[in-house]
Amino acid sequence: MTRLSALRSRTAVLPATNIDTDQIIPARFLTTTTREGLGKHLFSEWRYDAQGALRPDFALNKPEAQGCRILVAGRNFGCGSSREHAPWALLDCGFQAVISTEIADIFRNNSLKNGLLPIIVDEDTSRWLIANPGAELSIDVAASTLTLPNGTVARFPLEAFARYCLLNGVDELGFLLERMPLIESYESRVANR
Amino acid sequence: MTSAPLTLFEKVWRRHEVVPETAATPAVLYIDLHLIHEVTSPQAFSVLRERRLPVRRLDLTLGTMDHSTPTRTEQIFGGAPIAVDSAAKQVRELEVNCAAFGVELLGLRNEQRGIVHVIGPELGITQPGKTVVCGDSHTSTHGALGALAFGIGTTEVGHVLATQCLLQRKPKTLAINVSGKLGPGVGAKDLILAIIGQIGVSGGTGHVIEFRGPTIEALDLDERMTVCNMSIEAGARAGMIAPDETTYAYLAGRPRAPQGAAWEKAVAEWRTLPTDPGAHFDKQIDVDASEIEPMITYGTNPGMVIPISGSLPERRGDAMFEKSLAYMGLTAGKPIKDHPIDVVFVGSCTNSRLSDLRSAAGVLKGRRIAKGVQMLVVPGSQQIKKAAEAEGLHRIFLEAGAEWRESGCSMCLGMNGDLVAKGHYSVSTSNRNFEGRQGIGARTLLASPATAAACAVRGRVTDPRELLS
Repeated sequence: MTRLSALRSRTAVLPATNIDTDQIIPARFLTTTTREGLGKHLFSEWRYDAQGALRPDFALNKPEAQGCRILVAGRNFGCGSSREHAPWALLDCGFQAVISTEIADIFRNNSLKNGLLPIIVDEDTSRWLIANPGAELSIDVAASTLTLPNGTVARFPLEAFARYCLLNGVDELGFLLERMPLIESYESRVANR
Repeated sequence: MTSAPLTLFEKVWRRHEVVPETAATPAVLYIDLHLIHEVTSPQAFSVLRERRLPVRRLDLTLGTMDHSTPTRTEQIFGGAPIAVDSAAKQVRELEVNCAAFGVELLGLRNEQRGIVHVIGPELGITQPGKTVVCGDSHTSTHGALGALAFGIGTTEVGHVLATQCLLQRKPKTLAINVSGKLGPGVGAKDLILAIIGQIGVSGGTGHVIEFRGPTIEALDLDERMTVCNMSIEAGARAGMIAPDETTYAYLAGRPRAPQGAAWEKAVAEWRTLPTDPGAHFDKQIDVDASEIEPMITYGTNPGMVIPISGSLPERRGDAMFEKSLAYMGLTAGKPIKDHPIDVVFVGSCTNSRLSDLRSAAGVLKGRRIAKGVQMLVVPGSQQIKKAAEAEGLHRIFLEAGAEWRESGCSMCLGMNGDLVAKGHYSVSTSNRNFEGRQGIGARTLLASPATAAACAVRGRVTDPRELLS
């Protein structure tokens, strides 16, 4: 996994609440057998018209949203299916962090395993971020803080192990494989029960 | 020595801790059953190949095909190619991966194939007290048997294939206590839709739900699976129901359930699982089932749900509500009843089991579906298909003018060729009414099998109680 310790970027904003993983990437694009190239399908139904042309009024299609690495979204982002294609598509489009007041469990887990940082903020911070698209934010992973353009610092919850993995680029599979003797002894304990 | 009272969830969790969690590290949790399917496994097998790792416990891993798998008989048995090319490739890739790594696969023509969450319980391989995972959010279904079952992403599928373990933080617990008798024509689907309407689509986030109380105890296993299946639609990590005599009667004699002396030993162990009196839940909610009517969704998430005799909520200046209604082509404040519909889908891991098919057939018997309505009935497994045909249910569906298909996820999600056309209204027994879920621009109304069948007969949103004698 690639390391992520700090991030400074303008935000792109999707104020909608309950953005589910079918919106992030529709099921018809899940018949792929690789992780690559999913960015072109990100928010497909919102981003393209019936002819496949970009809809100019969709927030992520606007010139000012290009190059943004932080996505701000309404409450309960990433609900629905367990498809990891959702964080893969976001990362492929250059996003490295998603900010909301609530982020669904499976999406959050999947994001952390791929170096996409899920950030939970309070209602007031969220309201300000949604009202100010393009705001330049600084994110410090080690301190778990988000700094707004006016200097206000918001702390966000980040589980200690997830932070450690992000900062050090640790891959969880390697961590689990190192625990194989413990796994084997658990298996023999259970077999003898 | 007396120990502190524990919940069902805590008992299952503790028995699977290879390493308990600490402030610095999550728990290493052992997984007893890993179910895989064609959509969320290919990239996990690629990781095993890259790292030259085998599948660690072939005996605890089982593959099937359901999501992108077609439901048309000729594409399964008749030699016709799978219509969606990329889906055909994905199905083949699962065959190749399972063969290469030695994983048992209930493949395209296997008589035990079916929707992954239907076949686990049906084969008796899902059992009380087990930890069950699958790269699919509706893995929560298996919790109906007292298992701790939850959906994972593809990276975690790789972790389980390679180590049979997952790194997990312990979730919180939420008890949903249900009392009161469900009325005639009101079923498990209506109950869970009403619960999601009450607690909201993120009401369960971070929690494992235990559904409890006399109403839950009175449900059969098919109904319990419908309830646990949609736990994820309330945002919950998992849904569980304590095992009891109903559970043991369901499991007894199933092909992969323990047999003989092993059965007795297993049941004795399962009896220790239910939540101890006085155990603590982080949150509790009470629900009165006697007040629940047949429910139907009107919006673009499962929490946007009303009793079928009711009206949509009034306009409230909420942009998301407006957007959702614009997508659905429905009007705030107006009744939903008698709204014309185009498609009816009976199927999915929520409502494709034999009792669901019986319920839909009970409404359709001796009737025909309305002109212009397309109805698809898709059994959850090949075993269910066979059982339904043995009691003649397929004839009722065919004579009514519905299509009768091979098992699979079908119209629940638009990736296998079964689609709802743009702008069309679909009354569906599945679990998600998200924008585009059943096809681009498709408008989904979630409901029970009885309601779906009643809607098919009238071609309009219909209270099933009007058609039940």
